[in-house]
Amino acid sequence: MNLTRREALRLSAGAAILAFAASRAGPALAGPAETEKAMAEFTGGASPATGRITLTAPEIAENGNTVPVSVFVESPMTDEDHVTEVTILAEGNPNPGVATFHFTPMSGDATATTRMRLAKTQNVIAIAKMSDGSVFMDKKEVKVTIGGCGG
Amino acid sequence: MATPKPRVKVPKTASPGEVVTIKTLISHEMESGQRRDQDGNTIPRRIINSFTCTFDGVPVFSCDIEPAISANPYFEFAAKVEKSGTFAFEWVDDDGSVYSTEAAIEVK
Repeated sequence: MNLTRREALRLSAGAAILAFAASRAGPALAGPAETEKAMAEFTGGASPATGRITLTAPEIAENGNTVPVSVFVESPMTDEDHVTEVTILAEGNPNPGVATFHFTPMSGDATATTRMRLAKTQNVIAIAKMSDGSVFMDKKEVKVTIGGCGG
Repeated sequence: MATPKPRVKVPKTASPGEVVTIKTLISHEMESGQRRDQDGNTIPRRIINSFTCTFDGVPVFSCDIEPAISANPYFEFAAKVEKSGTFAFEWVDDDGSVYSTEAAIEVK
């Protein structure tokens, strides 16, 4: 296909407008900044250490509408030493919050599994709060083929 | 929307001090409040916003739920049982309705 200079310019201008429109469409997504805010709110400013908590999520999720996710925290789960809360955050969703689990010594094991929605490929973060106030986190990138925000 | 139907799976028997796995599911659309209808109006949010599990009145596990939880929310968690008793489960809807169910476990 031979394009004249004029046609080529017109085409590229059109493409630019389309790209701009596409970038404007869809719900506003939470950025890492908002996720950090949500993290700080949960931890109360303490910086989370790594380890003890394991977040399990698929590396590639074909359907963003139901992504299985589970967390496990190493803990004796006694009255003196147990996991009180675990929160799951998704960086690239319209709101970073996914779910917050509350455990008690009656839980026996600090483990929970659920299914979540992911709007796009993003990092999923799990943060655990212990009864002594220490916090631990784990992070996983999940690649999403079809986003789960039902546009 | 049809009335949400809760379903739970709790082992019938356990040995004292055993940690059992409990699975729960409730049928619910979990309308996220992000979607739009054909005319471009936002469909209002309607989700189950909290789930709790108690054993003879003692809290075992609970969960604050955001719109990012999938339709028909599913939860799997653990519970330590020392004696026979009844697990009570409760789901709270955005419109204020509470859906609940129970499951007994025998410890021997």
